[in-house]
Amino acid sequence: MKADAPIVSHRPELALGAVAAVALLALALVPQVVDLYQTQLLTYGLIAAIAALGFNLLLGYTGLLSFGHSAFFGIGAYTIAFLLRYLNIHSMELYLAVGLAVVALTSVLFGYICVRHTRIFFGILTLALSQVVYSLALKLFWVTGGTDGLRVARPSLLFGLITFSGAGSFQRFIQTYYYYVLALFAVSVVILWVIVHSPFGKALQAIRDNETRAAFLGLRIRRFRLIAFTISGTFTGLAGILWAPLNGLATPDVLYWTFSGEIVFTALLGGFRSFAGPIVGGIVFTYLKTYAVATTEYWQALLGAVLVLLVIVLPTGIVGALSQLAAKLTAKAKS
Amino acid sequence: MTVLLQTIDLRKQFGETRACDGVNFVVHQGEFLSLVGSNGAGKTSLVNLISGQLTPDSGKILFEGNDITSATVSERIRAGIARSFQIVNLFDGMTVFDNVALSIFSRQGKATHMAALASHDGAVRDEALEVLGQFGLREKSGIVGAELAQGERKLLDVAIAYSLRPKLLFLDEPTSGVSTRDKAQIMDTVSGIVRAGSVTAVIIEHDMDVVFRYSDRIVMMHEGSFLADGTPEEIKANKDVANILLGAPLSA
Repeated sequence: MKADAPIVSHRPELALGAVAAVALLALALVPQVVDLYQTQLLTYGLIAAIAALGFNLLLGYTGLLSFGHSAFFGIGAYTIAFLLRYLNIHSMELYLAVGLAVVALTSVLFGYICVRHTRIFFGILTLALSQVVYSLALKLFWVTGGTDGLRVARPSLLFGLITFSGAGSFQRFIQTYYYYVLALFAVSVVILWVIVHSPFGKALQAIRDNETRAAFLGLRIRRFRLIAFTISGTFTGLAGILWAPLNGLATPDVLYWTFSGEIVFTALLGGFRSFAGPIVGGIVFTYLKTYAVATTEYWQALLGAVLVLLVIVLPTGIVGALSQLAAKLTAKAKS
Repeated sequence: MTVLLQTIDLRKQFGETRACDGVNFVVHQGEFLSLVGSNGAGKTSLVNLISGQLTPDSGKILFEGNDITSATVSERIRAGIARSFQIVNLFDGMTVFDNVALSIFSRQGKATHMAALASHDGAVRDEALEVLGQFGLREKSGIVGAELAQGERKLLDVAIAYSLRPKLLFLDEPTSGVSTRDKAQIMDTVSGIVRAGSVTAVIIEHDMDVVFRYSDRIVMMHEGSFLADGTPEEIKANKDVANILLGAPLSA
């Protein structure tokens, strides 16, 4: 970092805002130039990015590695499946309102238990709790549909203004839903960006760097971790809520611990030390997994090899490596 | 002189080792006090007990007349007790500016605010820059803590604690691990700031030149107890102190 850089300048934020606006515009144009399948795939990518962004508030900014975020994703997905099946609710906005409340409450509950510990103990606790949820989804099959899961029909959007039925409804849904997810993705990015750059976000980073010293600033460490855990779980839950209508099913595989592993993989792939890392990771991982599955039946081995290579060759992830490369090129250009 | 801090028969034992063996410690408002003694004398344990990092086995700690023996660390900080650390304790991944700014946010009760950017709080920014200027770190504001030289790290450690605007500041070996030239610079800076800010300071230090030069009063600890307590001149004249510093046995 440059020593004599101005302490506070709005120029970087304006530049960042301009880059974000261009990226958002580019994402908004994607469905106009690619086919329906690619639009659908990118929607999955944006949803994975939201999940990873939420997850990374804990890993990248608070220094807590959760192996249980599948629980929040899955609870989000199952909540709307229940709302449809048992209350016959079809509104996406109601799904979001109720779903977010449920995942936030679950996150508080899980967080209350887990943030009493750190490092491996925290990771194991999150893993154990998520496996409890997975077991319930499997065993209470008369409620959850067991291994078959529960069907999630295409919901109405914008308080019933947009509905999907009749001929061509699938195509219309994919096209429209992409923009719905994109809007919520943009809102999530803005909210999380403000949080990590707020005094609260700075406090989380301080706790990550040096818990003892943070306590001697008067910060109540457990309280901060609990708030971070709740926000993190809620955003990952939001991803689950958005995923279910796109997938058409809420299935127990998104509650299983391997799905938590995928969220971890996503953050590592993009780079958990940068804000944009999980966004890039979410989109890249979605394409990587999709094409790996389509290419070989040993796709898990392929992803495993990618993970090994990633840790060895690109420990800072895609965004971290690109940042380092850009810094080197800038330094070279100046010399 | 007004008593700011008082410990009454404070005891802490680790296994067979008595880190604090019935310590009655008094700190008066406005003084610059040095706590000296050989390694293992119990100096850091005493500071850990007062700052809340350790819980005493028995005894009482009074701060401004209030019993804080069972207060949490954050309650003690709110009461006005802050400390720096023997091994530098910074937020290495954060900028020098953010290290100090966070301390100010915490003091002002703004550390939980999450709806506004930290960099947009003008009052905190101005205060952080003022503190960094006092400690000679303003030019380093934009670099991360990990990239500072050892002397600067020591200064930042103190600046973080000072930004809490404490009434009582404990400095645990602020000059350890730095060059002789840096020691003088650090102590000149720190003593100047705490005296100008009317902060009461208790410093743990091994370098007796530093101790004699900057202290109003010196307390010597030995095996968990106080061996001597007096002005620099009185301590210089104390044979037991000299014997301990030279590694010789105490007088009978």
